[in-house]
Formats: sequence, C-alpha cells, structure tokens
Amino acid sequence: MEKFITLQSTCVPLNLEDVDTDQIIPARFLKATTREGFGDNLFRDWRYNSDNTLKNDFVLNNPRYKGEILVAGKNFGCGSSREHAAWAILDAGFKVVVSSFFADIFKNNALNNGLLPLVVSPAFLSSIFELTEKDENTLLIVDIQQQTISIKDTNLVESFEINPYKKTCLINGFDDIDYLLSLKSEIESFETKRN
Amino acid sequence: MGKSIFEKIWESHVVKAIEDGPQVLYIDKHFIHEVTTPQAFSGLEKRGLPVFRPQNIVATADHNVPTKNQHLPIKEALSRHQVDTLIKNCNTHGIELYGLGHPYQGIVHVIGPELGFTLPGMTIVCGDSHTSTHGAFGAIAFGIGTSEVEHVLATQCVLQMKPKKMRINIDGELSKGVLSKDIILYIISKISASGGTGYFVEYAGSAIRKLSMEARMTICNMSIEMGARGGIIAPDEITFDYIKGRQFAPKGEAFDIAIEKWKQLATDDDAIFDKEYSFDASDISPMITYGTNPGMGIKIESKIPTVADVSDNERLGFKKALDYMGFEADNNLVGKPINYVFIGSCTNSRIEDLRLVAQMAKGRKKADNVTAWIVPGSKKVENQAIEEGLDKILASAGFELREPGCSACLGMNEDKIPSGEYCISTSNRNFEGRQGPGAKTLLASPLTAMAAALTGKITDPRDFI
Repeated sequence: MEKFITLQSTCVPLNLEDVDTDQIIPARFLKATTREGFGDNLFRDWRYNSDNTLKNDFVLNNPRYKGEILVAGKNFGCGSSREHAAWAILDAGFKVVVSSFFADIFKNNALNNGLLPLVVSPAFLSSIFELTEKDENTLLIVDIQQQTISIKDTNLVESFEINPYKKTCLINGFDDIDYLLSLKSEIESFETKRN
Repeated sequence: MGKSIFEKIWESHVVKAIEDGPQVLYIDKHFIHEVTTPQAFSGLEKRGLPVFRPQNIVATADHNVPTKNQHLPIKEALSRHQVDTLIKNCNTHGIELYGLGHPYQGIVHVIGPELGFTLPGMTIVCGDSHTSTHGAFGAIAFGIGTSEVEHVLATQCVLQMKPKKMRINIDGELSKGVLSKDIILYIISKISASGGTGYFVEYAGSAIRKLSMEARMTICNMSIEMGARGGIIAPDEITFDYIKGRQFAPKGEAFDIAIEKWKQLATDDDAIFDKEYSFDASDISPMITYGTNPGMGIKIESKIPTVADVSDNERLGFKKALDYMGFEADNNLVGKPINYVFIGSCTNSRIEDLRLVAQMAKGRKKADNVTAWIVPGSKKVENQAIEEGLDKILASAGFELREPGCSACLGMNEDKIPSGEYCISTSNRNFEGRQGPGAKTLLASPLTAMAAALTGKITDPRDFI
C-alpha cells in the first residue's frame, strides 16, 4: 500500500445520496482476475450511453471538475461487498472520498487499499458542494496526521475521525495482513485453547 | 449486565483487541466463490503464503454460471476464466470445491446452510455482502472485501471494528399472503437503506420465532440492504430440527452436546441494545419497491409516496429514482404491466419458495407477455423440487425450472433483463442496472412475483390466495 499523509486538490462533486457499488462498478465488469484497470468502468452506466458515447450531464464528464478527491452524498458505497469499487475509484486517480456517511464494507475496503473514506458533517459537505458549484478551482486540503480537512481560502476546517490503528497503516503504507501474520502464534494458541 | 447473542459469539472469537482499534476475530467458516477470490489467491502467491486452514473453507461457483445447459462449457470467455481460476486455486490449496456438475453446487448462501456447514455460534465470512444470510442460525456472519478474503485465507482471522447492537422486534400474527420477504422489505422501508449502518441486528419477537429456517434466512439475507453489518436470530428447536441429519452437521452424541451449547447463545433478558425497534406483524402487507434502493418500498395496495412525503435531503434521490423507474409520485403500482419475472437468488430460491410459487401456479397459466426465470438456489433444491413434482406443476403452467446460480439477481451470466423493461424480482437489490443495464427492478416476495407472472401486471398476491 502507498503511504498517504497529506493532500491538496480540487474535487469532483457527486451530489447524490446512496451511491451503491453497482453504480460505482457494475457487476458485468467484475470478471477480471487482477486488481488493475477497473477505473475505465468507474460509474460506467452514469458516464456512458449504451453506444459508449459520453453522457455530458454526468459530473465525471464535466471538464470543469478534476482532482484526486471525490465528494459524494451520504451512504456512499452501499450494497455489494465488491472491493472492485475501491479499486475502480483508486484506478481513476482518486485518493480520498468525502461523504457524511459511508457504508461499512466499502469503508473497510477503501482503507485496505489506501483510499481514505473521510467523514465530514452534513453541513461541511453542503459547503463543499456549494463552493465547488460556484468555483471548480476550490481547493480541499486533507491532513491525515492532524486529522483535518479544510477548504482553502476560507475559514472552513473540520477534524475527522480515523482510528489510530488505521491512521498508522495509512501513514506508513502498512497492510493489515502484515499485522495478522505477526500474530500467527497467538492465533494458533487460540485454536488450541478452543479445542 | 446480560449479553446479547451477538456479544456472546463475538467475544468468544476475539484473538486480540487493538486498543481504540479493530479486533482480531477468528473465523470458523469461510465460504468462497469465483468473483471475489482470484485477487486474494494471487495476493497470497505473491507473498509466497500458504492457505492457513484449507479445511475451514468451502467453495462453489455461483455468480457467473449459466442456468441452462450447465453440462456444457461456459460460453462467455471471462466468466469461464473466472470459474476455471477458482478450480485451479482450490486444487492448488486443497480446498473443497462444489463446482459446476457437483451435486452440492449452488448459491453459496444456499448450500452452506443446507449442507450443515452453517451452525449456531459460528463466525462466518464470505466475499459477498449477503453472507448475513447465515445469521438465521444464530451465527455471526458478514460480507468482506477481497483484501479481507486474503487475510482470512492467510490467517483464518479478520480485523473488524466491533459494530453497535440493534434489536428489531416483530410481534403478533402475520396476515394471509405475507411472507418473511415482506417483513424485511417492510423493516427496510421503515428504517431506510442506511438505517442499520454501523450495527449488527438481532431479529426477535413472536412473529420471528414462528418462521421456518428458510424464512429466517430471507430476513437475515437482506440485513445488508439497510446497511447493517449482519443480522442474527437466536437458535431454537426450529433451528436444531433443520440442522439435524444434514451432511456436515455434528451427528449423534456430538449433536446432542452441541445443542446444549447452542441453547446458551440466546440473548440474556437484561441485555441492552444501542438501538431498538418494534413493529406489529399485523401491520405488514405484501410489499413491493418502486425505486432504486431497497428502502423505497410500499405496501402493494398503497400509492407511491409524494414529494412532500420524503425529507428535503432525500428529494433529489427520490425524483431521480422515479425518473429512472418511469413511475410518478402518488400513483398506484397494481395493474402496471410487466414483462419479466425473476424468482431466485440467495434471498428466495429455497425449496419453501419453490413450493409456494408452484402452489400458486397450479392449475393456472403464465401470462403470454411474461418471460419468467425460476432459478433454484442449489442442485439439492433443484433435485428436491423435481422429486416433489414441482417442476411438472410449473411446466404445466408454462414455467421452466432452470439450473442453480445467482442468475438475474445481478446478471453476471446471460440472464439479464433488457434495458427499459420492468422485472418483478425476488432478489435483494433494485439498484439502477443491477439486473442488466437499464433494467427496472421491483423487489417483492415469491408470491407477489408469481402473481405478476400469471397476470402480466403488478398484482396483489392475495387475489390468488
């Protein structure tokens, strides 16, 4: 996993609630046996018409909006457990998803891949949507060490929660599997005790 | 203070707790399928790691498989490759695989319980959000991502934050024509598609206690559709009777000893929940969804809500959903023509579901405009349906019993609903394009789905009972 400490970027505002993982990456694109290349089909059916032409009214196709931060309405990532959703978002160049509320499995999947699911208050989320609507060059600054997100050139700043273990993983690029493997003997003695 | 069933099982499986962080949870049973595992196995191989406890894993092929002519090679190259990759990985690592052609093959959440792998008190995971199904047996069962599948393959453990506890009580008598699918659609319509996020839900109450295991599985299956980490129902005599004699369940004295342990699992009277809801079973009607998430459900006799009925921040999503579905606010659904019906999926493809739809179809005919797919959840369900003559009853009504798999629930095989078409589906998700790009899904019970198949339009199933 790549190390991740701070980020300053414009964002792509997806002002919709309950964005499910079937929208993020439809099931018909889950047939790959590797982790790469899912970004091309991120939000496939919202981005493309059935003849593969672009849907101009979808925000990812709007040339105004670019950046490494995706901002979305509450309950982002609900539905299927497909980790392909996190892979697709990362593969499309995003490092952070901001929402007021994430579905549990998506949140775990994102963190396990170094994609930060950043929870802000509904009011802060509305501010991001309002400001980026007016000015697409609005910059967001994410600082994992300080656990803050701010909107540049405003006094808007909010702290976000991340549990200390996951914070350490993100900052150092550690994977859970390294930690779990280090517990091998404890796991074995747990098994012995139970039997 | 007393403990809930969830706490009892969780606490007995914690290998280690990280302060202010996740807990290392030992997993008793790991179910795997072809879609969410290839990258996990290749991750292991990259690190040169073996599978830690292959004997605790059960594999099947379900998402990509055709539901006709399963004896022939899978036509679609990518699907075939994914299924072949599963076979290769299971062979390499010594994992039991019930693949295509095996008499135990089927949807992972159907075969686990019916073979007796799913038992009370267990921790169970699978790279599939509907793993919550197994909670019907009094097990902690939840879906995980592919990285976590890799963790479990490598260490038989997964790192999880302990969820909060919710209890949903359903007391009273269910009305005629109301199935457990209606109970769960009703619950989700009340607490929303995100109302359970962060929680593990226990279902309790007199109406739940009377349900069969098949019906309980349907409820626990859809726990994830309200965002919950999982659902659980305390085991009782109905559970023990279901498990008794199943292939891989404990036998003889071991079974008797197990029952005594399982009886201790039920939630203590003085246990406290972070959140609790209570609903009256008699208020539940046959349910149907009108929108694009499972929380957008109504009683079949009711009208679609109006814009004024939904909260400010939900209006955009509500309008977008109606726009996608081609419905208007404040309209009835009953009487609207539909051309597709899907009866199947890990939610409703068990023998009890097939008995119910066959009973309704008996002596009647499928509507000419309807294409219906009736897909059993497993080879065992299929064979039992044939033994009971359900296939013949369905055939004389114009329906065909297909071969087992996930099928049109998510259209990874060729069973896709064409763009723009409505489908009454017994599956679990009505998301945009879930059953095929542009498909419009209405979730309902097997009885409501069969009623629509017989009339060619949305129909109150009580008209046929």
